[in-house]
Amino acid sequence: MAILEIENLTKKFGHVAALSNVTLSIRDGEITSLIGPNGAGKTTIYNVVTGKFPPTSGRIIFKGEDITGLPSFTVWRKGISRSFQITNVFKTLTVLENIRTALIVHLGKSLQFFKPIDHYDDLYEKTLHILKLIGLEDKKDLPCQEISHGDMRIVEVGIALASEPELIFLDEPTAGMNPEETRRMVDLIKELFETTGTTFFITEHDMNVVFSVSNRIIVLNYGEILADGTPEEIHQNEDVKRAYLGGVEK
Amino acid sequence: MRFLGLLRANSWVLVLAAFLLIVPFLFPSLAFINIVSEILIMALFAVSLNLLIGYTGFVSFGHAAFFAVGSYTVGIMLQRLSASLPLAIPLALLCGMILSGIVALVIGYFCTRLTAIYFAFLTLAFSQIIYALIIKWESFTGGDQGLVGGIPRPPINLFGLSIDMTSPFSLYVLIVVAVCVSFLIIKIIIDSPFGWIIRAIRDNSERMNFLGINVRRYTIIVIVISGIFTGLAGGLIALHVSGSYPDHAFWTKSAEPIFMIMVGGMKVFAGPILGAIIVTELSAHLSSYIGLWGLIFGAFLVVFLMISRQGILDVLALKTGLIKKLKL
Ligand SMILES: Nc1ncnc2c1ncn2[C@@H]1O[C@H](COP(=O)(O)OP(=O)(O)O)[C@@H](O)[C@H]1O
Ligand SMILES: [Mg+2]
Repeated sequence: MAILEIENLTKKFGHVAALSNVTLSIRDGEITSLIGPNGAGKTTIYNVVTGKFPPTSGRIIFKGEDITGLPSFTVWRKGISRSFQITNVFKTLTVLENIRTALIVHLGKSLQFFKPIDHYDDLYEKTLHILKLIGLEDKKDLPCQEISHGDMRIVEVGIALASEPELIFLDEPTAGMNPEETRRMVDLIKELFETTGTTFFITEHDMNVVFSVSNRIIVLNYGEILADGTPEEIHQNEDVKRAYLGGVEK
Repeated sequence: MRFLGLLRANSWVLVLAAFLLIVPFLFPSLAFINIVSEILIMALFAVSLNLLIGYTGFVSFGHAAFFAVGSYTVGIMLQRLSASLPLAIPLALLCGMILSGIVALVIGYFCTRLTAIYFAFLTLAFSQIIYALIIKWESFTGGDQGLVGGIPRPPINLFGLSIDMTSPFSLYVLIVVAVCVSFLIIKIIIDSPFGWIIRAIRDNSERMNFLGINVRRYTIIVIVISGIFTGLAGGLIALHVSGSYPDHAFWTKSAEPIFMIMVGGMKVFAGPILGAIIVTELSAHLSSYIGLWGLIFGAFLVVFLMISRQGILDVLALKTGLIKKLKL
């Protein structure tokens, strides 16, 4: 069943169409990867769906409901969370506080004014749970600006998934990571997928990662969909080989 | 019970209040009472503003608007209310807070439509509107003279007790209590989940939108809370100087708490309080015999900020764990 349907989505920046008539759907309970060269419009899809800016035309349906043009905070409340290609964490807050921030909202406590934050046991336990899940328990008290790039990327993803979203977008989760860190991220994604049942929609430049985690792959090129299928099908696809995969293949 | 717990967690407020209330008994001195009153009022002003600047990351150049609304509400009410009202002073202060809160809601509603830099400009513009209103609406505000003739302080009648408010000492007690209770409430809010949401907005407001937070709405709430307590500070200044003056709404009044935050620190709750002590003390001592007070203070600020890059308590908080332990 489709959890997210994007219909004829077009996004123009001035005269440049970053997306032209994109139609795709994301199936529930799968890891779908979105690939394509730089500037293909991958991030723009995320931005439009999560309400960073409205589409020029087209519709976005989440679980049967039209969410086109809703503000970001409302889209989040519907159950779609995202991480960012350019690390977008809370720099002066600690790792724990970063994760906790997402959980305060998720647990509906963001308008509690009078009880000290360390008196909420459920909040603390959930935060620790996520920290364990992402393997940053030992660094929980470090300010985010003092941890490594790889760890910051993990926090970036941790913030997005703390709220147990139904659908999560990960925009280049391994951007700038070394092979060791990349492996950690891949393991994390696989583990999360198995333990939480969250639906993933990931963009990724590393083809090894893409082919190892995805149930399905969508290829985007110049704002248009070039191919859509299982990793096997994409592997065989002549258009994709010509336009994109060509030299990258192992 | 829970309130007692909160009080225990912030026991420094109690210590501060006790100290301030005991000292004048031991060493009665009008000069001491006067300077401490002024420091406390300005500290409340600065702490309220810092909720917005230090904790939420929005700079307001127009907080004098709320200070003046508090000051004029209290001044006008006490000059015109019947002196026989049993709770005239607390009532006037409360009305000042509510009105400042409402004005903050309106100003906040408009200013948060813009990006941070225009937010700052627009707050300044709004405060100038309040200033102009005060100057022009002479029949009500006394125009550029302000509310002269003194502000009466009728006794507070409570539980059959009549507390004479005309003595400087009883006013001092009122100021100490009002300011310390406000510190406590603001500190409790800062330590709450809401307090942590606004810190996250300060660090990265854009990301908060993608975590289900309507940043604009939360910023408006902070402005209203900040406005309410700034209004209280304004009300107290009217009582303290026994008058309300256009000066309370002038843009230089908005700058004073900003100086205090710069000097004392904005990442530590007590930073603006320390700043208020230093700035008020310096101006009291220097301005009396040096005409060039502004020049000296400005130079001091430049040198200080070039060297430290942060307020005093911010630096100390980085260097020692003491401030964290004391929960300042
Ligand atoms: N905010 C923006 N303003 C103007 N142009 C943009 C904006 N965001 C993206 N673009 C343009 O849209 C195209 C697609 O960008 P993007 O979605 O970031 O690609 P990808 O994530 O696939 O690398 C690029 O040509 C980019 O320059
Ligand atoms: Mg991108």
